[in-house]
Amino acid sequence: MKVTFPHMGHMWICLAAMLEYLGVEVVVPPPTSKRTLTLGARHAPEFACLPLKLNLGNFIEAAERGADTILMAGGCGPCRFGYYAQVEHAILEDLGYNYRLVVMEPPQRHVGELLSKIKYITGHSSWWEVIRGIRFGYQKARMVDELERQAHYLRPRESHRGSTDKAFQRALQEIIPVKHPRDLPKAAERARKIMAQVAIKPRPVLRVGIVGEIFTLLEPFANHDLERKLGYLGVQADRSIYLSEWINDHLFLGLVRGLRSRREACRAAPPYLNHFVGGHGQETVGSTVIYARQGYDGVIQLLPFTCMPEIVAHSVLPGLSNELDIPTLTITVDEQSGEAGLVTRLEAFVDLLARKRGVVV
Amino acid sequence: MKGYLGIDVGSVSTNLVFMGENGKIREAIYLRTRGQPIFALQEGLRQLAERLPANTVVRGVGTTGSGRYLAGIIAGADVVKNEITSHAVAASTLVPGVQTILEIGGQDSKIIILRNGVVTDFAMNTVCAAGTGSFLDQQAARLNIPIEDFGELALKSTVPVRIAGRCAVFAESDMIHKQQMGYSLPDILAGLCEALVRNYLNNVGKGKEILPPVVFQGGVAANAGMRRAFEQALGLEVHVPPHYNVMGAVGAALLAREKMAGGGTSRFRGFGVAKTRFKAGGFECEGCPNLCEVVEITREGEVIARWGDRCGRWSGSLGCQENAV
Ligand code: SF4
Repeated sequence: MKVTFPHMGHMWICLAAMLEYLGVEVVVPPPTSKRTLTLGARHAPEFACLPLKLNLGNFIEAAERGADTILMAGGCGPCRFGYYAQVEHAILEDLGYNYRLVVMEPPQRHVGELLSKIKYITGHSSWWEVIRGIRFGYQKARMVDELERQAHYLRPRESHRGSTDKAFQRALQEIIPVKHPRDLPKAAERARKIMAQVAIKPRPVLRVGIVGEIFTLLEPFANHDLERKLGYLGVQADRSIYLSEWINDHLFLGLVRGLRSRREACRAAPPYLNHFVGGHGQETVGSTVIYARQGYDGVIQLLPFTCMPEIVAHSVLPGLSNELDIPTLTITVDEQSGEAGLVTRLEAFVDLLARKRGVVV
Repeated sequence: MKGYLGIDVGSVSTNLVFMGENGKIREAIYLRTRGQPIFALQEGLRQLAERLPANTVVRGVGTTGSGRYLAGIIAGADVVKNEITSHAVAASTLVPGVQTILEIGGQDSKIIILRNGVVTDFAMNTVCAAGTGSFLDQQAARLNIPIEDFGELALKSTVPVRIAGRCAVFAESDMIHKQQMGYSLPDILAGLCEALVRNYLNNVGKGKEILPPVVFQGGVAANAGMRRAFEQALGLEVHVPPHYNVMGAVGAALLAREKMAGGGTSRFRGFGVAKTRFKAGGFECEGCPNLCEVVEITREGEVIARWGDRCGRWSGSLGCQENAV
């Protein structure tokens, strides 16, 4: 069995760590690229949203490298994502790929449901081993998130354009090859050191929160490297959901304490949005409220074209933005998104925030 | 004469203005880009140099528009700004107190909301409201009327026909249908203007509070029919400023003046660049499956700028800070 999974930012690092630790052979799809998109878009229904197209492309490219089993998250509620695993699998079958499909539904009541799926893949591992494997993957996710947050801080302040990104890539290279939990702390130290060496200059920096649909938030290919672009424009970005938080919320049912969680976000959403609307719609609204309270300069909402929960959230944002006096910008991404238009909107938005604050970035 | 140069290189038109130190626009040039931004820019500079007195001193240069980085490198800009900021700066200088800017150009439509002279909100077209200017051009051509007469004809209408304006394809087929039914040309044109205004307000202006004074600018503002349709739809007076079709360039010149207020010498390369041989080339990088289309600008055969790569492999290799984001 050669297991693959779709890309979503750096998720592959923690998934591969967990599965390989449990002795599963993993085929990480090549990094999502234009080729991935071309392959996916060719075979996906036209009106499917970008995540489906990119997942499909990932699977086709992984099959070229010998993958035969797909591990994918499921979903529930009024969002199409819940069907994606099955739809993608059916499309792949029509194309002649012989993939076995394992869907990890978000556990409704009990983490045991999740464990048994993972145990199914690993076959012989003991329960205890499975739990250790999950823990190892999760620790890597925490580490990657820490480095990413660091990068968000450094980018707008770096003395040499691009030095943060170089350091970040090198730091990741320390974390990725670690095969055993006992080696992780040392690797983490080395990674932190690399990040600490980025030279910075004190300068006024704007703070912008990024909210929206999880896949577009986490996958830089889908959002045109939004965080990097913002960094270069003098903005310290904060993402409303990091991978480890998402894992904790959706797979561990919030078992890990002390992390930012979707519950807070949802609690902050009323009176602007009182109900679950599928996907991360309610979190989008709630996180915007939280950012406003925390004194952020602005909020950017990201969504794939035709994403229903986010469209609901989008319609709520103007009123909220007025009342709480926080500018918001919505960016819809799709197969056809143009880079130039995005850059113009971002620059204009940052200009707006800078002039409002009276700083020159 | 001393002053500031504003350059707006868009996909449809390339505009240049020369603004005196007092903020008065001395010269304005409007050219078609025709897919050759470098040529258009050089031609614009050549024409400008011809019209300006020989002792002209350029104290600052600003560029804007989708070709702003390209233009910035070729002309040697002191400030490179996106078109939303430039348009807002221009409108609020020419029409003090403006609170809403409606901007419709050849390809892009946008709305900018200002309060107390500061941009507080903006939106650009989604796909469906794009190309209003080009669409009007096309329809004028199809109906065999000069685009300059379009607005005046539309104003002759007493009972505009209702045209489905959801998108250009529907609008065109609906117009043909109404023509076949025998409606008069002015009524159809006025109906089209109303449809496009409805579409603009629904798509671009959605959810925005449109307060007076309202400024209407961009190439389409020349069309009196569109202006009247806006006034009727909004119930407000709509101002069209004197340099409505080169407002981006005006804004760029103003931003250059702001930038250079603290002193310093301009990076302007001089009007001579009109004769320099620039070339925009490009290639597809095969370093990874992204296959980025890398743009490369050469001056007299020497590479001076590159962009378009996702990974920084090319744009980072020149050590020049003028690269695009
Ligand atoms: S420029 Fe970089 S990202 Fe783009 S194709 Fe070449 S190697 Fe890949």
